[in-house]
Order: sequence, then C-alpha cells, then structure tokens
Amino acid sequence: MSENGSATLLGVEHLKLYFPIKQGVIFDREVARVHAVDDVTFALRKGETLGLVGESGCGKTTLSRALMRLIDVTEGVIRFRGDDITKASRKRMQPLRREMQMVFQDPFASLNPRKRVGQIVGTPLRLHGAERSEVEPKVHELLKRVGLAPEHSNRYPHEFSGGQRQRIGVARALALEPKLIVLDEPVSALDVSVQAQIINLLDDLQDDFGLTYMFVAHDLSVVRHVSDRIAVMYLGKLMEVSPAEELYTKPIHPYTEALLGAVPVPDPRENRARKRVAVTGEPPNPIDPPSGCVFHPRCPHATDVCREVEPPLVRYANGHLAACHHPQQVSSEEIRAAERSDQSPLSAGEELPQAS
Amino acid sequence: MAERLLTVENLEVSFRTEEGVVQAVDGVSFELEEGEVLAVVGESGSGKSVTAMTLMGLTRSPNAYFGGSARYGDQDLVTATDEELRRVRGSEIAMIFQDPMTSLNPVMRVGDQIIEQIQEHTDAADVEAREQSIELLERVGIPRAIDRVDSYPFEFSGGMRQRVMIALALSCDPSILIADEPTTALDVTIQAQILERLRELRAQTNAAVILVTHDLGVVADIADRIAVMYAGRIVEQGTLDEIFYDPQHPYTWGLLGSITRVDRPRPQRLPAIAGLPPSLVDRPEGCHFRPRCPHEFAKCTEAPPLQSRAEDGSAHTDRCWLTAEEKRSRREVRPGEIGLGEKEGAEVA
Repeated sequence: MSENGSATLLGVEHLKLYFPIKQGVIFDREVARVHAVDDVTFALRKGETLGLVGESGCGKTTLSRALMRLIDVTEGVIRFRGDDITKASRKRMQPLRREMQMVFQDPFASLNPRKRVGQIVGTPLRLHGAERSEVEPKVHELLKRVGLAPEHSNRYPHEFSGGQRQRIGVARALALEPKLIVLDEPVSALDVSVQAQIINLLDDLQDDFGLTYMFVAHDLSVVRHVSDRIAVMYLGKLMEVSPAEELYTKPIHPYTEALLGAVPVPDPRENRARKRVAVTGEPPNPIDPPSGCVFHPRCPHATDVCREVEPPLVRYANGHLAACHHPQQVSSEEIRAAERSDQSPLSAGEELPQAS
Repeated sequence: MAERLLTVENLEVSFRTEEGVVQAVDGVSFELEEGEVLAVVGESGSGKSVTAMTLMGLTRSPNAYFGGSARYGDQDLVTATDEELRRVRGSEIAMIFQDPMTSLNPVMRVGDQIIEQIQEHTDAADVEAREQSIELLERVGIPRAIDRVDSYPFEFSGGMRQRVMIALALSCDPSILIADEPTTALDVTIQAQILERLRELRAQTNAAVILVTHDLGVVADIADRIAVMYAGRIVEQGTLDEIFYDPQHPYTWGLLGSITRVDRPRPQRLPAIAGLPPSLVDRPEGCHFRPRCPHEFAKCTEAPPLQSRAEDGSAHTDRCWLTAEEKRSRREVRPGEIGLGEKEGAEVA
C-alpha cells in the first residue's frame, strides 16, 4: 500500500511543531525553539492500530494532540480522509470531531469531578445536537458496552477505581461513533491486572466498530500486544516504523534495539541469559538537537557520517522503515535492495546505508 | 550464613478514617538478611508501601494504630520513640522514594542536602562532609560531580535526581535500603542504568534491599526473594525462581499471567484477573482474594494461614486452602505463561 493509498484515514506530511522560548523586558524576542516534533510523515490506515512509542520528551504526546488539532502546527500538513485540515476553522472541524476522539492518560484528571458519569458520557452527544430523550438510553448502552452498569450514570467519578474511570473515558470517546481514537497512554496509570482488562476491552471495541487506533505509549511490551504497526520516535523524529512483530524480532535502528534491551523481562532465567545493550547518557535537549542523526551521541555504532548527515528514512522489505546509516540485523542484499522513502525528513541527506 | 538484619512479625497498621477503619497491613511477617534483595510486589492499595514506610516510622499519625513488631538489632521499630528512630533513619535504614521530582528539597543545593544528612549522623567537619558528598555523587554515576554538587534539584533530569536520591540514601552506609518504586517514574533506558547502579552498589556495600514495586520485570532483574501482597496480607512468599516458576497462590498466577511481555508475541487475549481489589475498610471474610478467584470453595470463607505447602517444608509459603496437588492441576501453564482461569460474573475494574 502506498502512503497515499485510498485506505489512509489520517495522514501527516512533514509535520513540525516548535514551541518558541521567549525572553525580553518590553518586547518578547524569540531566543530559541523547542523542536517537539521535527518533520514527521506517516499515514494511519483504516482499521489498524498504530503504536507510537518513545521516551518522555520525544514528542509523542505533542504529535497526538496536533493530530486532533488541539495544538496548532508550525509547518506541515494534516489530512483526514484526504482533506487538508491543518488550518481548518473551528466550524469546519466541528463535524470532523465526531469522527476523531481521544482517550487521555490520567483517568483521575480527565473526568470532571463535579459532573455525574451520565453527564460526562452524554456531553459529546448533546454538543452534537442529540435530542434530550435520545441521550439517556444511548449513555446506558455505552456504559454497558464498556463493562459498566447503567446505574453507574448517576454516580460521580471519585466513586470509581482507576480502571473503571478509564472505561468511562472510553465510553465518552465512543459516544459519537468515531472512526479514529487517539489513545494517549491509556493504561500506564493502571495496575497490571486492570491493564489487561482495558486492553482486552479496546481490542473488542475495535473489532465491533471497525475503529482505527493510534496507541501512544512508553511501554514497549503493552504496545506489542495491541499494535499492527509501530512507530518509534526519538527527539521529535521518527527513527523506525515497522510491522509490529517485526520490530521485536528484527529491530533495525540501534535506538529501537537499545529500548528493547532496556526492558527487563519478567522471567528470571531468560533475564539472566539475555545480553543487554545498555545505552549510556540521556536524551539531549530538544532546544538544541545534535547535528546529523539525533541519536548519535548515545549510539554505540556512531561514525563520522552520523555526526554530519541526517539519515533519511530507508524502506526495507515489508514496508519496514528505519532512519540509520548503520542498520542492524539486515543483510547486505537487503541493504542493496533498500530505497529512500518519501517519508524522510526534508533536511535528511541522500546517503543510503552502505552494504559491507 | 548471612546475618539476619530485620525480623518483622505480625505487623499490623490500620488508620481510622471517616469511612471506617482501613486495615492497610494485616499480619505481615518477613525476615531480611544481609546482602539480599527482597521484593515486595502487589497492586495499588495492597499495603506494600505502608509496610515499607512503617519500618521508617513514616506512617505514624494520630489516627494510626500499629501492632506486631519489627526487630532491628535490639530495637523494635514499631514501638521505638521518635528520638530513637531518628538515629536509625538515614544512618542504619535509608529510603529511596518513588518520585525524584518531589522528594528532594527544591530550595537547597543537592550537596548541602547530602552534607546535612552526613553531619546529622556523624561529626564530620564541613570540608570532609563536602568531599564525601562529591564522592557519593561520583559513585552513583553523576558526571562532573565536583561541579554538580552545588546545583539545585531542578537543574537535574529525572534520572539524575534519582541518582542524587540514591547518593543521599547511601551517605551514611546504611545496612538496609528501602526502595519504594525507585524506577517507576523513569524511562526504560534510564531505568536500566539505575538498576545496574543499584546492583553494583549492593555488591560493594552488602546492604540488604527491600524493593517495593509493581513491576515484575524489575523484580526478575534484581530480586532474590519475593513477597506477594494482596489487600494487606502477604499471600505468597518465596525465592525468585519459586514465585516465577512454581507459583502457589491463584493471585500470583493471575499477576504473572496478566503481564504484557516484550519478548513474547501477542497472545489472542491477555489473561486478566476479573473484578476489583477489595475495599480495605470492608474486606471479604476469609481469603481476601476469594471474590475474584475462580477456584474458591467452601473452606475459603475461613482465613487461610501463611504456610508451607511444599513437601520438604521449605520457606516457600502461601495462603491458599488448595492442596499442592490441586494447585498443580488447576494452574494453567502454557509455554512461558501462567494463567488463573476465568471467573464468571465478576465485576469489572
């Protein structure tokens, strides 16, 4: 499938999001910019779950909010079903909001504590012009669908546990029968046994309603269990985009390798047997990102070319993309067959990885 | 034989609240030996943090009630006076808190915070204490420690702050280190660095560690023994391999089964534990896990004791009425996976 294929629900092209840092006594001068999202291109296909992973500060939350038009982008284009919505007015966005919804990370902060559950879940319906008499039965149906009881609609959020609150958040997102739900760390605030319940619920809902998910998380093991494809972000850029299983069996980018190696396995024997590649250092400051490949200061394979030239996203077999001059776990043939992807950042060099 | 440092017997902690008495810790017993890492695992509200904090006297308040004992040397940490505890705290038993963002004093240079603690417990001179604090910061892996000693906490990243916390905890060479979710707030690459550092320091100092966490990956990486807590009680206790490869209590099966694993392909469905943890004000009679357990039977309304089921009477103990034989047959063991089984009609979490 090409990146502009008909099955694309949402696409972003060369998306940049910079936050200005201002200083000055009378007039604010822009002295620097935080490069939160730096030239990211990808497409979300209808019915798939795209996992977006990265460490804190890599821009994954900023990116997901920009997709929802909750933050204005600095440069680039966002298309929903092929229509450019980058600069769409509030009025034009209004009908589209029915189709794209969001579930937030913190189930304690994302529900109004002074509203009853019925009001919380019913608000999107009312805002989009549902009749008063339609709202209540619909709310009850939604609550049942997410595993709560209709009686719960008269209670307040504080009467529920974290997992139940997250179910309320999911019911609210489902109210308008959206096509796309952006899930920003939907299970990271929950206990493991409850996490599994919510993941199973999201999985069922996707099958029943044909939903498309963008699943943002920092936890690589959770993402593995929900995604069809996974994008790895680091310092505002895409490092690797891969079919979900392949990312774990054949990580091409050294950063992905490092991330995978850093997760301890809940199995003592395998943990002892595993070789660990520990990355040193911490993510650099996004105000002044490193030259060339942004990962080079922490990368064990970095050479001169990494310091000077930003690697383009290179397309390998199975639509597996990676932005690295020294790709791992790929054979010389695969490297020779690889080609530059048009999802590459505009600032990236032309150099393709060399087969040894 | 390693020396025994701490003996906790029948520890009870409860708080009187407007809703009733919250029984946070209910008869917890364990022992801690020199140089070992004991992981206390459980979900939120299981009483793991309250247990750890009680050992430091940090749960004392007018509405708290304590029972049982925690013997450290010739002292009982539960009944010790505040003055006695103060001498132990920091110098003998030190704590690393979960949130490195809020547990350092924001208006005090990190060096001064370490120096304060050193001078509280020893009579080191200013210059000497400062040298020691620089050395400590170096030991926990802070680059250019000699410059960073005069920085404020906000000038450090999360991982670096957690290193400062560890340096602070190590400043008086404690024999017990209590780490409450030490890496939960950190990114995985930083978590790996911190765990590595904890492992090295433990080898150097031979301190015992009580690691409170809900992350079984971290546990598998660093622990020697595990205590699994549920609703204020230890429901199973054993060595790392016993808990992971021969779990006896159904709650432990559920816990191990519901973890998403980075090294395993996606199963059809994640085995979840049905239902919700009980309210600590009104806990179910008998076994607290009964309402969520698919294997409950008549006897479960009677509280099961923590006892060894293994034929050899080993230290691997659990609180479940099923016989060892029944457990072996009911535990669903798939390759690399342990499941609990389904329970009908349980409430959702």
